[in-house]
Amino acid sequence: MIWLNQVIQGVLLGGYYALIACGLSFMFGVMRIINLAHGDLAILAAYLVWAIVDRSGLSPFVALAIVLPLMGALGWLLQRALLERSLRAGVLVPLLTTFGLAIVIQNLLFLQFGADTRSLAPAIGDLAFDSWSIGSQIYIGHLAGLEFLVAVLMLGGLQLLLARTPLGRSIRAIAEDPDTAELVGINSRRVYAAAAAIAVMTVAVGGAFLGMRATFGPYAGPAQLIFAFEAVVIGGLGSMWGTLAGGIALGVAQNVGAQISPNGFLIAGHAVFLVVLAARLLRQRIRAAP
Amino acid sequence: MSLLRAENLEARHGQLQAVRGISLEVREGETLALVGANGAGKTTLLRALAGAHRPAAGRVLLAGADVTALPTYRRLALGIALVPEGRRLFAGMTVEENLLVARANGRPGPWTVERVLEVFPMLRARFRARAGTLSGGEQQATAIGRALVTNPRVLLLDEVSLGLAPVAVERVYQCLESLIAGGATIVLVEQDLARALRVATRVACMLEGSVVLEGAAADMTREQVTEAYFGLGRNAQREPA
Repeated sequence: MIWLNQVIQGVLLGGYYALIACGLSFMFGVMRIINLAHGDLAILAAYLVWAIVDRSGLSPFVALAIVLPLMGALGWLLQRALLERSLRAGVLVPLLTTFGLAIVIQNLLFLQFGADTRSLAPAIGDLAFDSWSIGSQIYIGHLAGLEFLVAVLMLGGLQLLLARTPLGRSIRAIAEDPDTAELVGINSRRVYAAAAAIAVMTVAVGGAFLGMRATFGPYAGPAQLIFAFEAVVIGGLGSMWGTLAGGIALGVAQNVGAQISPNGFLIAGHAVFLVVLAARLLRQRIRAAP
Repeated sequence: MSLLRAENLEARHGQLQAVRGISLEVREGETLALVGANGAGKTTLLRALAGAHRPAAGRVLLAGADVTALPTYRRLALGIALVPEGRRLFAGMTVEENLLVARANGRPGPWTVERVLEVFPMLRARFRARAGTLSGGEQQATAIGRALVTNPRVLLLDEVSLGLAPVAVERVYQCLESLIAGGATIVLVEQDLARALRVATRVACMLEGSVVLEGAAADMTREQVTEAYFGLGRNAQREPA
């Protein structure tokens, strides 16, 4: 029963990882950018939500509704002012640009909020610790359940957007062949900017949930980036449901690893990531072989 | 009146000058066939007209308005649609999605997805199939349909018969002939001289980036065009009919 509980907790943790990772996956799928500032954008959103809650006493969910359009605008601006230019300079430059952006965000947050860690948990009351019990040994936290539900809804929403809307079709067309997309009348600059806005808004949701489930500080972004990156690679870059599957695989591996050994949480997660990465590279080589 | 006009258009691929000061016009309702050997500059000229290749010099005018500085997507919205060489469909998207993505950005007009299916009935059964799984003929029909649903004022077709089985070429050309009979304005790049002469109102033969022969298709013999095609009659240039 303990093992089953660990697997269930792992699945729920996977929901959080999927939340934090789907923006990274979306951005890579459309723009072929690995956004190294991804985790820091999540932390920035968490701070913005925290600042609104702290000053106004609003619920973090209401504060998130205020922060979402701001983060969307930031995503749009980042794409038009920074990423678009760096993309023209080759594959490596966007990596360096987003790495630099990560450092700028970290230090601006440090400057503004100091080194103290913060949390949104006190602002959500019982939601932070209440749970449903199944039998005597399995507990499902309300917050963890909500995170999982939001992850499924968000990934499902993104999938629907891509499959059923004109914007989604334009995004897929550009992801497949940017030159031909312009030939069918797609304004690629505008669509890229819209995709960046959507990606950064999803990051904001992940950041807010991070703030509710744990503490965060100005330099907490890179750790979130690592988990998001691992979830995306395990699930397959650019695939929405793959990201959820990747998040779940990572979460389950970490929880089962922690059950085996206290140090096993991170090691097991990284091990699954490396095994999947090696398997993908091997498959690529086999396919490329004459 | 000329609908599409190139004035002293020049285009380069790095150091290579692919189009050398070409001036030509396409009148409303006519079909201009651009013929020439591989490397003559036909595709580059077509892409420069569509905005997909930035010209080094010269102007492109649509119904008298200078569109040289406009990007491809803006030219499509004004009515210049290009069916590129090799079809360039979005292989991971269905036929329906390939048509819809273009329809959303086109001009209002009579061409709808349903009308495309009427003109290319072979697409009806493959409507929900991914474009990457289509036969060459079906892909070409989808590519032409994708341009048509934008309701272009002028349709630029690049090598529509290239790589297709003879039966598929015949089917695509039957559809093209019905479009031409319906009054469409078309610029057609084609290496198959017989077909080009059969469907075109006017023919322009390109050699090494320049137009070396231009005139009404009805007034030209196949021998004249062949000579120009291979650069055998450098002095054969004629005024537009």
